Amino acid sequence: MNMHYGIYGGQYVPETLTGALRELEQTYLEAKDDPAFHGELDDLLKHYVGRESPLYYAKRLSEHLGGSRIYLKREDLNHTGAHKVNNTLGQALLARRMGKKRVIAETGAGMHGVATATVAALFGMECEVFMGAVDVARQAPNVDRMHALGAHVRSITDGGATLKDAMNAALREWASCSDTTFYVIGTAAGPYPYPMLVKDFQSVIGKETRRQCLEMCGRLPDQVVACVGGGSNAIGMFAGFEDTPNVRRIGVEAGGMGIQTGQHAASINGGKVGILHGMKAYFLQDTDGQMRDTYSVSAGLDYPGVGPEHCLLADEGRAFYEVANDDEAVAAFDMLCRYEGIIPALESSHALAFAIREAPRHGHDHIIVVNLSGRGDKDMENIRQYKEKHGQNR
Amino acid sequence: MDRIADIFAARKPLIIFTSVGYPTESRCEDAVCAAIEKGADIIELGVPFSDPMADGPVISAASQTAIAAGMNVHKVIAFAARIRSRHPKTGLVLFSYMNPLLHLGYDHTCTLLAEAGVDAILPVDLPLEERDELLEPARSHGLHIIPLVSPLTPEERIIRIVKDMSGFVYYINVAGVTGERAALPPNIGEHIAIIKRHTALPVAAGFGIASAEAAHAAAEVADGVISGSGFVKACSQSTESAADFTAELLRGMGR
Repeated sequence: MNMHYGIYGGQYVPETLTGALRELEQTYLEAKDDPAFHGELDDLLKHYVGRESPLYYAKRLSEHLGGSRIYLKREDLNHTGAHKVNNTLGQALLARRMGKKRVIAETGAGMHGVATATVAALFGMECEVFMGAVDVARQAPNVDRMHALGAHVRSITDGGATLKDAMNAALREWASCSDTTFYVIGTAAGPYPYPMLVKDFQSVIGKETRRQCLEMCGRLPDQVVACVGGGSNAIGMFAGFEDTPNVRRIGVEAGGMGIQTGQHAASINGGKVGILHGMKAYFLQDTDGQMRDTYSVSAGLDYPGVGPEHCLLADEGRAFYEVANDDEAVAAFDMLCRYEGIIPALESSHALAFAIREAPRHGHDHIIVVNLSGRGDKDMENIRQYKEKHGQNR
Repeated sequence: MDRIADIFAARKPLIIFTSVGYPTESRCEDAVCAAIEKGADIIELGVPFSDPMADGPVISAASQTAIAAGMNVHKVIAFAARIRSRHPKTGLVLFSYMNPLLHLGYDHTCTLLAEAGVDAILPVDLPLEERDELLEPARSHGLHIIPLVSPLTPEERIIRIVKDMSGFVYYINVAGVTGERAALPPNIGEHIAIIKRHTALPVAAGFGIASAEAAHAAAEVADGVISGSGFVKACSQSTESAADFTAELLRGMGR
């Protein structure tokens, strides 16, 4: 198999981990051709996760903006409240196939941690989630959920104590116990074969969206929009539109306080090629080649890198990567709450912010699909603090 | 001249890792020189990296301290050049994660390393699959790339890892990250014997060696003994501690 996406991707890991990655690749390639594997996964996606998730026409929001028709792919309605479970179910089935009794995961906002803890409970596996101490504090409800599901949460204080540092810790742990432990990576990043299999498990989003849009609108959308941290929900959405160049694929990175301030997490727009977490990709770095601590109001996008396939899509102009800042994301969050009665995750609010910016530029015949990757219950305290800090509380 | 080959031909070398810039640049330099004067044969100069995912708590913390004080690849190379001018026979190996090298540019990095008198690069996160991108520039500047073999590496892969390589082979004693271990696994000798079936290169053993006993055990079965976290810890205390630590390992090795 080709481990690279152009110059990106690959398997830049210590020798100790190469065997575990080979084992995972072999298991996945076998499972991929096994109808029983897909049968079980599809059954769980339907009856346990509640797929398919609806494509919903946000009529009031669209009319308010007075331009494009905005449709929402409701991944927030999945069991566990985000797209993450599509992937963790797939990986847990692989773990079981490999005979592993324990799973570990890194998490930022906690959604992937919850989704991993969930499937570990479902399959009777031991689960440990690595989470930066900053994120443990700002995503406390998800920490409680993981505990309730029987997972152990290890708080990581290294570095900036966010997602990057949690992933370092998870990789260190995995190096010492890969014989018994499966590492469930939450985004379409990391060493090969993770970017490939995460994309495959998330591609259900794009496939459903394509079919649903044809059914509802009689044609494909003009734009599909998804937020990009590591890029798993975006690559899943984009996967449904690989052979349709007229559908513009747009990823939205976290601009934090603005790219020019340096306080952001926009790896494609503000980074350069580097190597971390087993892959070559765009990373935010300082002038010495040290990874920078990132900033975003949204914990799930607070990562200095991005999956390798996004890097190639960006270089080749086959997908486009925009930025939404904290203030725009919070405004988009409010708008969706007020106009549609839907509380979106702060991550997904970045994608929404772009659509809100874009919609008035087009006519009513223009269709934008926003991947509403998660729900925002976990963000309430975060939003309250943000508004307090910025004098927006009423 | 192949300094690394000469060193292994003369004796079983003691190889010492230091996190360059820790606890400070000058104290680190004093500690390294003290170790060399006690008898350390090869120094691995660790480039501090923000995300040392192969390292345990001691080296990770040392890296953070060094970075906070402004250590970077350029300064590590200047450090190497100073050690080289004082110790012409000591082997110098740059121990680095890939990102700082990629950031500087592989070819440029190798040019600077060769000028500074460094003998080899030990890339932590560059397995066989990705090795070619650094191998070419390194060789064109006369630098060895040190291949690593872990206890989990199967024999067919060992064959491919050591093929056409130079310098020495680094055998990682234990699966996991760097750091002291209570005891070394008993089967290091068997693994090293397998490696030696497929290469004439010397094989040095590292990870978990921080006492005379561990150094003794490793020297029984390996062509060289590597110690890292223990030395870094000693450096943080004093130059004397670093010298004493080195002397203790050498005593364990029967030197």
